[in-house]
Amino acid sequence: MMLNRTLAPDFQAIDHISLIEPGHTQLPNGCKVYWFNSGDQDLLRIELIFGNLRFDPTKPLLNMAVNTMLTEGTSTLSATQIADKIDYYGAFLQAEYGYDNSQLTLYSLNRHLEHTLPVIKDILTDSQFPEKELDTYIRNQQQKLQVSLQKNDILARRAFNRAVYGDSIYGLSADAVHYQQLQRADMLAHFKQMYQPANCTLVIAGKADEASLKQIIDAFSDWQNAAEPADVSQQLIEPATEHFYFTEKPEALQSAIRMGLPMVNRTHPDFPALQVLNTVLGGYFGSRLMANIREDKGYTYGIGSGISSLKYGSAFFIATEVGADVCRSAVEEIEKEISLLKTEPISEEELSLVRNYMLGSLLGSLENVFSHADKFKNVYFSGLNYDYYTRYTEIVKSVTADELLSLANQYWNFDEFYKVIVGKY
Amino acid sequence: MVKFNRFTLSNGLRVIVHEDHTTPMAVVNILYDVGARDESPDQTGFAHLFEHLMFGGSINIPVYDEPLQRVGGENNAFTSNDITNYYITLPAANLETAFWLESDRMLSLAFSEKSLEVQRNVVMEEFKQRYLNQPYGDVWLRLRPMVYKQHPYQWATIGKNLEHIEHAKIEDVKAFFKKHYNPQNAIMVVGGDVTTEQVKALAEKWFEPIPAGQKYERNLPQEPDQQEERREIVTAKVPLNDIYIAFQVPARTDENYYALDLISDILSRGQSSRLHRSLVREKQLFSEIHAYLTGSFDKGMLVVEGKPLENINIEEAEAAIWQELEEMGKAPITDEELTKVKNKTESTMVFAEMALLDKAMNLAYFELLGDADLFNYETENYLKVTAQQIQEQAQRVFRKENSSTLIYLAEK
Repeated sequence: MMLNRTLAPDFQAIDHISLIEPGHTQLPNGCKVYWFNSGDQDLLRIELIFGNLRFDPTKPLLNMAVNTMLTEGTSTLSATQIADKIDYYGAFLQAEYGYDNSQLTLYSLNRHLEHTLPVIKDILTDSQFPEKELDTYIRNQQQKLQVSLQKNDILARRAFNRAVYGDSIYGLSADAVHYQQLQRADMLAHFKQMYQPANCTLVIAGKADEASLKQIIDAFSDWQNAAEPADVSQQLIEPATEHFYFTEKPEALQSAIRMGLPMVNRTHPDFPALQVLNTVLGGYFGSRLMANIREDKGYTYGIGSGISSLKYGSAFFIATEVGADVCRSAVEEIEKEISLLKTEPISEEELSLVRNYMLGSLLGSLENVFSHADKFKNVYFSGLNYDYYTRYTEIVKSVTADELLSLANQYWNFDEFYKVIVGKY
Repeated sequence: MVKFNRFTLSNGLRVIVHEDHTTPMAVVNILYDVGARDESPDQTGFAHLFEHLMFGGSINIPVYDEPLQRVGGENNAFTSNDITNYYITLPAANLETAFWLESDRMLSLAFSEKSLEVQRNVVMEEFKQRYLNQPYGDVWLRLRPMVYKQHPYQWATIGKNLEHIEHAKIEDVKAFFKKHYNPQNAIMVVGGDVTTEQVKALAEKWFEPIPAGQKYERNLPQEPDQQEERREIVTAKVPLNDIYIAFQVPARTDENYYALDLISDILSRGQSSRLHRSLVREKQLFSEIHAYLTGSFDKGMLVVEGKPLENINIEEAEAAIWQELEEMGKAPITDEELTKVKNKTESTMVFAEMALLDKAMNLAYFELLGDADLFNYETENYLKVTAQQIQEQAQRVFRKENSSTLIYLAEK
């Protein structure tokens, strides 16, 4: 029989997504422990996650600088010794600052835990932020900042965040002067208040067998809280009143565009449906923005949209870099695509494609045990539980074109859009 | 240890199957044995532009992405100086869709003028975004022609200039397809929740009817050993001075590759590495400094790149790099330092086995190098390296006559 290559093979829609739920305990010092035991490799990812302290706009860098400098020395280990120990045992240690939480992540082979865990323990209980290392940090960060500030997409993101999130922890980006203001005493105080067990969630993924779990829990059991609990509240976000920001770069070959507006976050019942709407607009390669602005017009190498869901706020955004000569046309086309979603219902053909794509993408994101832990963190730190994923998959499967049309009208009010252009306009 | 089965279709297509039933997904990775090195000097950037066109519809399927997204799949591709690699991730239950799509574009593209026109624009925007509109973005456009005088590695995958992309014609696209995109020049790896019998049946159904085509015989001018120091200084609109030093090193398949890769680790992997410790922390000359190998199939590059602090004189900074490099040739490294970089390499390999797509890509890559099973001997090859070998290679590579130095001076 002749093969008919014009006919697509049959396929199955994704019906069910099974997620691994973690084991759980709480240590007497208040540290919460979650673990995912799976995988053939004898290795572990251990994440120690801390809520950021209340933001002080006069010292905007503290949360970030304290986190980044955790690996820079304790009373007994210098920065170099910490690096040596971690590297010698083939481990990886990363300090990662996030808008809501900051963390220390250790990747280690199980058999080396006895050598790697004490280093982490020492860091969490006795970081010293030595003056010499602080000077190096300030110097190098200021240099890196200079390079970043030459990049139009970074400038656009900074301006956009400032507009949407105001003077909050999400909105204020560091300037060179903020680095100069960093003081060791402030950092030590910040460290003591933030990095304590009652403000810590420990997420373990990999070969989390009984022996390794015991080793980890033992390592953190005698860790003491500070006198004062960590204040992880944040002030109310006040978006800017000005909605248009243009930074001219006369020699730019491309202009960076970033536009969007404050949005509801993951805890809101509309969030999963808004994710569907966002995917249609700019959330995947076949999205309307890509199809129009890249694949039809050739204005850009890439364009996308997304919703950043944070604990105290959220924003919907569209971001791209386009040829400087077509910037205005690109903005018009973006607005056209948004308008279209507000006036015409999405066809069932497109919608079913997006449903399948989103479910496939969720299934595909569960590559290994680390990804299961990541899914857990998404809901846990939003104050949700696994019901969220059940609801999410249900809504992705069932949301109607009419519902999406009314959501587009409800949430995408043009008067409220913030628009940032860096380059030529 | 990554297990796999292997078979070859009658048209020459090599197929590798890696069963991994811990995931509900499947990956299909197709590597074409063609890269920017196979381009003609007056038509550079073509392999990469062609990669874009592979998504512009094939002979029987008008659009590529949509049917894949409809079954919950995702895809992407990349082009290097050596290879072009396409990959799909999708629910294993829908594996056949990937075979349908990939076999049709191996059979023949649609060669649409509209697609060519749009992708020329997209690639030119990519050229601007990544190479022209970024501080230091043009570094490879400058450095490659310094290191390579004969070999086609002298141009970057994006091409020498925007004009070469602008002038690409549909006849050129057709000729390129005929020359490089056929079963004999491809390796397919299928991994995930699949069985070898299933893959074999699907491969015979969708790929075996594709004509074998002509085998491409590669005959590239090889780069002679460098005999003289090369330098270039550019004053540019960059925020900081920047030093790049590139050394010629043996090819990826050379027995000394592993020693050289460990040399780059000793120099710059992690906070305990020599360059970071000495030049960033102790002497406080640089804000950042890195060293890496390109791992090229023909003669490659070991590149050292650092941004000196603003108050530091550029000659002093450059001399300090050389002092560290020459140090490696003077004395063998200690057992402890050697063990450290080997341990790190070993655990990196263990972590790499956590990712299905990485495993599939690696199997295809090593099959092209000669045998997919080489992937399983990588760790062993690193562990065999001795301190003496490292010292010898450092002496051989870190010579002024083997160096090309590119310095960016910030325009004040």
